[in-house]
Amino acid sequence: MAKEHASELETESNDDGRRPPRAVVGSHRIEEEMFGRAFDKNIILRIWAFVRPYRAMVVISVAALLIFIGTQLLIPLIIRYAIDHAMTPAGVDRSALLTAAGAFALAILGNFGASYTQQTVVAKMAVNVLFDIRRAMFGHLQKVSLSFMDKTEVGRLMSRLQGDVNSIHEFLETSVYSVGDIALLFGIVFVMLCLDFRLGLLTLSVLPALLIIRIVWLPRAREAFMAARETNSVVNGALAEAIQGVRTVQSMDRQQVNFILYDDKAHADLRAHLIAARYAQVMVPIVDGLTGLAMAVVIVAGGSMVMNDRIDVGVLVAYLFYIQRFFDPIRSLTLQYSVMQRAMASGRRLTDVLDVKIEVQDKPDARVLSPETDGSVEFRDVTFGYNPNHPVLRNISFRVNPGETVALVGPTGSGKSSAMALVHRFYDVQRGQVLIGGHDVRDLTQESLGRQVAMVLQEPFLFTGTVFENIRYYKTEATRDKVIEAAKAVGAHDFIMSLANGYEAQLGERGGNLSLGQRQLISFARALVADAKILVLDEATANIDSYTEMLIQNALRKLLEGRTGLVIAHRLATIRGADRIIVLQNGQVIETGNHDKLMAMGGLYSKLYNLNYASFDDLPEEKLDTTALAGSRT
Amino acid sequence: MSSDAVGTTSLNSSARVEAARLGRGLSTLLRITRMNLRHPWQVAFAIGSTLIAVILQLLIPQLLGRAVDQSQTAIGGSVTGAAAERALWISALMLLAVSALRGLFTMAQNYFAEAVGHQVAYDLRLACYDKIQRLSFSFHDRVHSGDLITLGMLDLDGVRMYFSTALVRALLLTMLIGIGAYTMISTDPVLGVAALSFVPFVAWRSSVTQLRLRATWLDLQERLSVLSRVMEENLAGIRVVRAFSAQAYEMLKFDRASKNALDLAHDQVDVYVPNTSAMTLSFFFALGLVLWIGCNKLIAGEIRVGTLTTFLAFMTILQMPVRQVGLMVNAFARASTCGSRLFGLLDQDITIRDAPGARPLEISGGTLRFDNVSFAYSGTGNSAVLKNITFEARRGETIAIVGPPGSGKSTMAHLIPRFYDVTGGTITLDGKDIRGVTLATLRKAIAVVQQDAFLFTTTIENNIAYGDPWAKEQRIERASESAQLHNYILGLPAGYETVVGERGASLSGGQRQRLTIARTMMLRPSVVVFDDSTAAIDAATEQRIRATIRRLAKDRVTIIIAHRLSSLMHADQILFVDNGEIVERGTHQELLAKRGRYKALYDLQLRPGDDIAIAYRGAP
Repeated sequence: MAKEHASELETESNDDGRRPPRAVVGSHRIEEEMFGRAFDKNIILRIWAFVRPYRAMVVISVAALLIFIGTQLLIPLIIRYAIDHAMTPAGVDRSALLTAAGAFALAILGNFGASYTQQTVVAKMAVNVLFDIRRAMFGHLQKVSLSFMDKTEVGRLMSRLQGDVNSIHEFLETSVYSVGDIALLFGIVFVMLCLDFRLGLLTLSVLPALLIIRIVWLPRAREAFMAARETNSVVNGALAEAIQGVRTVQSMDRQQVNFILYDDKAHADLRAHLIAARYAQVMVPIVDGLTGLAMAVVIVAGGSMVMNDRIDVGVLVAYLFYIQRFFDPIRSLTLQYSVMQRAMASGRRLTDVLDVKIEVQDKPDARVLSPETDGSVEFRDVTFGYNPNHPVLRNISFRVNPGETVALVGPTGSGKSSAMALVHRFYDVQRGQVLIGGHDVRDLTQESLGRQVAMVLQEPFLFTGTVFENIRYYKTEATRDKVIEAAKAVGAHDFIMSLANGYEAQLGERGGNLSLGQRQLISFARALVADAKILVLDEATANIDSYTEMLIQNALRKLLEGRTGLVIAHRLATIRGADRIIVLQNGQVIETGNHDKLMAMGGLYSKLYNLNYASFDDLPEEKLDTTALAGSRT
Repeated sequence: MSSDAVGTTSLNSSARVEAARLGRGLSTLLRITRMNLRHPWQVAFAIGSTLIAVILQLLIPQLLGRAVDQSQTAIGGSVTGAAAERALWISALMLLAVSALRGLFTMAQNYFAEAVGHQVAYDLRLACYDKIQRLSFSFHDRVHSGDLITLGMLDLDGVRMYFSTALVRALLLTMLIGIGAYTMISTDPVLGVAALSFVPFVAWRSSVTQLRLRATWLDLQERLSVLSRVMEENLAGIRVVRAFSAQAYEMLKFDRASKNALDLAHDQVDVYVPNTSAMTLSFFFALGLVLWIGCNKLIAGEIRVGTLTTFLAFMTILQMPVRQVGLMVNAFARASTCGSRLFGLLDQDITIRDAPGARPLEISGGTLRFDNVSFAYSGTGNSAVLKNITFEARRGETIAIVGPPGSGKSTMAHLIPRFYDVTGGTITLDGKDIRGVTLATLRKAIAVVQQDAFLFTTTIENNIAYGDPWAKEQRIERASESAQLHNYILGLPAGYETVVGERGASLSGGQRQRLTIARTMMLRPSVVVFDDSTAAIDAATEQRIRATIRRLAKDRVTIIIAHRLSSLMHADQILFVDNGEIVERGTHQELLAKRGRYKALYDLQLRPGDDIAIAYRGAP
């Protein structure tokens, strides 16, 4: 049936005009190498570093595991003992039977205790390690440079924190069980050979057959499984795209075309899964056949040995029991190989993240910036570039006095935002010094610096949670009154009260249920609650409609009261309100002064202003395009 | 998203857990079963193979017992060595054949059972995709996209697994235990009961464990998703975190979420492990019992050693499937909840669709008219977003709509292509109600350029040709020229082949908007609405775009929604909307002369700072 459908689709796609040349659905996913080498000493050592704190647990679990395996090997032997003693031609040995019963009881209790201990300890140890690795990575990401964070997709990092960490978890769990499998395999071989060497050897001869078949089968099967996984992620990707882009799909009337294209992908997925299922299931008759073969060997060879009185019938029964457990270890051990390969690939990606250098670090003797600082900001001959060969700021010097508001103005790529980032020490300067309250920022602890430098960014990022929690943010000690006061000060109170639960209103993802302007007002309130001496507004009022802009103008005035302000803005209203304006171009200060002075100067500022646009956003974009292509950031 | 859109609600998580616990919905299961039966051959093969495999499976202990007895009889001397030897060979070959056949039929059983599941998954995938594509905007406003994706992935999987892990397994277990119990008990009632004694206990514990795990699993998923959210938001908002030096606080948040999840993960271990260990113990206990009774019977000469072997082998065969009773129960529960959610989607009414007897739209005059239009989003307390809107736009005219956020401007745009249906009044094109024409032709004729339109992860060329994927290259280039994008694209290393979208090259807001405009111009619409779609484009470029579009578009109605007055001053008519009503209308000059709300906005934008007070009167 599947086949019919497939061929029908194939002929369709050749001459049917409904599959247009330029249409695709769900064409992109994160592609990553799934398998690495099965063993990489360095990565094992790195993982071991996380397991080390739990090494006592590892020892306990392996010990319990060995006991567990031991009891499993013992039980058929007890059965054999019991049967043989019950069958003794000389007469019944009651006490032997009781011994057997006692031994059996002990064995199953031991089995219970060992399996309980071993499973609990292994599972908890593995899950602890999983959480530890994740915490270490997350903590590390809090410290690495922002430029690393900028160029790394969040989705990619999340897949490290989730998928990759999980495959290490899987690896740890299965590794312990692999030890058990190996022990079981050797145990069975040993016991069988001990019971009767020749019969044992004969029976074991089927073992290599299975091993060879598995080795031939594994890479092919894995390819089929991977293909199925791949098509599955393609199909799910296409579905996600259809959901997220549904409004565009409907307004462009693409439903029909997309449906046909999706059908292709869904059908490819179906086929891949059927192939994978075939590969998975083909092992069933092979294992069953080999088990049957081993049993047949035992019956013919062992049976005639019993007849010739060379072995007891109990041995025969015990053999039949062992054979049923025989192939399990081989199956799981070959699977373990894939788990290890996957874990090594994940481990390498994890260590890649953990090894990202932390560029900005507190000095050992770093000082705490006192909240009593005067809040002055000074740039002394600062040169800085993300790429040292292409500085975006060149020998910049300026000073912002306590309580003063200074606007930074300049075309895209002039280095405004970079200068702001240096105030907060997101990056370290290449040459020169940035001083806050008279201290070089590199001599201060980052945390105390951050407490005194609040930033409001262009994109108002809000967290899931209530409005109250968002305004309070890390200042968990801030009271409700203080939060409301801040919201009132920036003019956010009214709209917050109009929300269904007021301050307790739950914000959607990224605050999606609020308008951009409302989100920005909340982020202003957040900055106000943080109560820093220095406030940096990095294009905080771009992308906002004129109405919200009016609200924000007022909020700004409130926010800057009694603080040092550094403002990057586009709107002339904001800029004109500043005490002083610094005009940057190509990483250098070219003009400074207040509005009137700069207008009188007749330089770049007056030229921009006279173009009579309401904001510097309105500058022709060719300029922006060319600077953007040069790859520089502001 | 504009503030016009209604708030989103997501599926309540605790309700989900609740539903899982109850696991109700026989009708859901019946419906899934019917879906399975749509592939009757595969279902028949799967069931047939299961029956044969079970019977073969149950033959193995008998054959083993027989062989053991055969080796014993020789000792008694009742048969000659050669005859005994031959009997052994026959048993061995039979065992080999039965084992191999059992393997083959088990393979067929598993394969066909899985195949049925995948076929059903395929059918469901298509049905979901189709439904999701056709459900109206109001549905998508209401349902979180993440929930829909979960539906299409996890819930679909739950339904897929139903046939193989629930139905076929149930059949297999019933047969195995039923036939097995019958043969065992009829062979020896006491031993038979002893051998089966572990079955009820294991089945019970396994079901309880699985259902409990299922409940905690859903809980754990919930907690893990909180943890992911904490991490994801931290990484996406890393600049804010750094700006406030809130790393310590973020670690605290992480630790709290992490500990929550970790505790539950440990709880799960504590639920799972004691139960599996107890199940094993009960099995071995029963095995010991059989051994004890069996040996005693052996001594008394009531049974032969082969019979005992049969019983012991039978127990080993039964052990694994019985342990899976819990998985089966869980599969039923899962299929029932997943299925009911999935069918909840598939049974959704598509509120906006072609009316019976809808005709294709034929544009003759090209006049768009709003006649006393009112609108309220359903389920939002029904406060009207638009009230008595009336205006007319003729071919070649430009209408501009301006007003504070939340005044209903975007809603007006969304009504024209019937993204939502009016709740009062009518919208007509050439005098025909838009509800009387087919959706496909209506939406081809009316294009809305959205503010934050979605770009698909594919090449720029494919994105521009999204609405007309058969288009010739020259047309694509012309469209991108008219959106002032062509030169930029040529400057990219891969040109029109550059992949954009969610994970493609990052375009600036203005570039994205220009791409959206180009995409819309490909459709040759009769009515084009720019819904605040040039906000991120600089004024000079915007003017050039507009000039080109105007030259190309003498024969269409253009509607501009914008905040920036320079974008709309040239319109033939400007509507100032506030609170869902048109409060001022006229040309730019007329409105300036009125000295009302429009004038105040104009003053605010062109000469900022001086006269805020006037504008404030109208601020929200």
